[in-house]
Amino acid sequence: MAGGNGAATNGFASGGRQVTFLEAIRQAMFEEMERDPTVLLMGEDVGVYGGAFKTSEGLLERFGWERVIDTPISESAIIGAACGMSYVGLRPICEMQFIDFIVCAFNQITNFLAKGHYLWNAPAPIVIRGPSGGGVHGGPFHSANPEMYFVHTPGLKVIYPSTPYDAKGLLKAAVRDNNPVLFFEHKFLYRRIKGEVPAEDYTVPIGKSVVRREGRHLTILSYAAMMHASLEAADALAKEGIEAEVIDLRTLLPLDEESILSSVKKTNKCLVVHEDTKTGGIAGEIAALLCEKAFSDLDGPLVRVTALDTPVPYAPTLEEYFLPNAKKVFAAAKELARY
Amino acid sequence: MGAAMKKSMPRELTRQQYLDLYYYMRLNRAVEETMVKLFRQNKIVGGLYSSLGQEAISVGTCYALEKKDWIAPMIRNIGALLVKGVPPRDIFMQHMAKYDSPTKGRDGTSHFGDLDNLHIVSPISMLGDLIPVMAGVAIGGRYLGQKIVAMTWIGDGGSSTGVFHEGLNFAAAQKAAFVLILENNLWAYSTPVGRQVPLENLADRATGYGMDSYIVDGNNVVAVYKTAREAVERARAGEGPILIEAKTFRRLGHAQHDPAEYVPKEMRAYWEARDPIALYEKFLTGEKLLDAPVKKEIDERLETLLEAEREFAENSPMPPPEFAEGGVYCTGDDCHKIQARWERPIAEVTPPKSSVKAVWTVPGFGSGKGSGGVDAAIHFGDAPAVMDKPANNGRSAKAAAKPAAKTAPKKAKAAAAGASRKARR
Repeated sequence: MAGGNGAATNGFASGGRQVTFLEAIRQAMFEEMERDPTVLLMGEDVGVYGGAFKTSEGLLERFGWERVIDTPISESAIIGAACGMSYVGLRPICEMQFIDFIVCAFNQITNFLAKGHYLWNAPAPIVIRGPSGGGVHGGPFHSANPEMYFVHTPGLKVIYPSTPYDAKGLLKAAVRDNNPVLFFEHKFLYRRIKGEVPAEDYTVPIGKSVVRREGRHLTILSYAAMMHASLEAADALAKEGIEAEVIDLRTLLPLDEESILSSVKKTNKCLVVHEDTKTGGIAGEIAALLCEKAFSDLDGPLVRVTALDTPVPYAPTLEEYFLPNAKKVFAAAKELARY
Repeated sequence: MGAAMKKSMPRELTRQQYLDLYYYMRLNRAVEETMVKLFRQNKIVGGLYSSLGQEAISVGTCYALEKKDWIAPMIRNIGALLVKGVPPRDIFMQHMAKYDSPTKGRDGTSHFGDLDNLHIVSPISMLGDLIPVMAGVAIGGRYLGQKIVAMTWIGDGGSSTGVFHEGLNFAAAQKAAFVLILENNLWAYSTPVGRQVPLENLADRATGYGMDSYIVDGNNVVAVYKTAREAVERARAGEGPILIEAKTFRRLGHAQHDPAEYVPKEMRAYWEARDPIALYEKFLTGEKLLDAPVKKEIDERLETLLEAEREFAENSPMPPPEFAEGGVYCTGDDCHKIQARWERPIAEVTPPKSSVKAVWTVPGFGSGKGSGGVDAAIHFGDAPAVMDKPANNGRSAKAAAKPAAKTAPKKAKAAAAGASRKARR
């Protein structure tokens, strides 16, 4: 796909090989912009510098300044302008330099973007993406997991992938979606996680979870960086004879209720792991779902392994204590399996 | 006032244009008078906001636009909606939350839009948010090769929001074809402008963005129209966004519930004597553009129209309760087929043609009166900066860098002046 016209591709090899999480995102944007001239990228330092994490490296040289727009430090203006662009038929991708700054545009997102289709039949095909999450000692303003502010907002879609394959396929699906889609990129995964992506064009459907590991004793639901901690814990559990079914939610809004319910109906136990803080996290929503639709199938309480209800602390010792990890998941799962 | 007004209004408009402005101001006021009656009959759901005394601004500014241009009204810009072609029944039904209204009862007042035909973006209640959105419309339109102008309005109150700053700065940095009408009606709800902003003229805010601005008597429709027309033509010609401060007064309270007792009596009396419609009628009569028979014809036309529109609106049903559900998401092509209207060769923005050399200049960046007026250059990689000029005074650097830009707007201006008038209705 990329470089199909024979021109230089600026180092964007088309798939079919092991790529980092970050490279998968870069490829997705490159290929979508190559495929569709209505796709633009705008954000702080996305052009000349290629993005703070280099997710848009080479895009300016390839697509020109009209399509790769370096903006002032104005999150509301970035998202507001993207909204206006979408009204004339464009599909802008907005980068938040760190996803923490998305709250600066909270009003534009929740009041303008999210409500437009319902109120006045105005779809806004926009992607807002950016690096999120902790574990890299970014401190309280560069480590946020603000997904639940937006999961509470009808009209948005919220994606939080954990593998390069999903990141690329879901980002492409997000660009092609006619709704405002928030796409969270866990920065811990950017360069640590590698995976195979196909050479040919593909998308991953929004709103569908995936079973990462089959099991029968309990269900572990997770997403993003904690997906990897959950899989590590599941390996350890297996050594003790506990077969955990691990599901990657991938999309938080809309939530894949069907798959969650069918797994829990099989295992009768559910553990939710997220890096987001505990109160108001997606685990609470899943607990409510299970109470409503699978109450009689549960053999034990829904267990949550999450970050503490505090801001993300800076010192490595504090942050490590704050964050969930494979050990904490293992301990909680072992406890739950006893029911 | 009469003399000053006459002085500023040489007969440059056609008779039809003069009468159009009159008709739309009258329609604006009559629509709102009808809604006040409906409000008193408890047929309006929620609040009713008035633009009494500000009609010249909504009408005069929107009348300066072409059909292809985009607007985003504020709640008091009923006149702009009418000039754009929204039928009064839609405005009535919006306020009455009827099922046949543009939002089918999901939102009220002037909170509705029309992307495909009239090019109207719906406002939200959070002030200032329309500014970056309309900057985006202008930037997006330019990208597609459309020669459109985007216009929105803001009040003295809304000009203190953070997004006002972000939006205008971004619009100016991008040289967006965007015109912002700042209606200084002296009151933000109960707070007088002097307690909100330490500026005599809110137009001065434009200086901080390197934007040009105008100040106009907002109760003089011809002055408003001519100023807006000039601003629209300049924006369309690529001169960047322009701010117009229209000085006026909010004659009624924030909404129907508010008697506005905080407004000094003398201030109200001063402005009531400057009613934009009464002033304009005097002018038209003096210029022999309006006489008793023509006025009577307009009176009757308005009465018949609004009677029919009101009746239609009143007969529309309320939305069925279950309509509250669904419609939150676009379900895909069956729901909305999103298509860009390209008016330039797509090849220009697709590789390899779109590829840039490793130097990015923005011609005319910051060319407003307040800035030095040089091209901004950014260089990266190992390419040399193009703007390695000795520190010069801004004016000559601008002239040297872009000789074409100096002449182009003038030509476009002349052409647009002729064409846009013909294109109207």
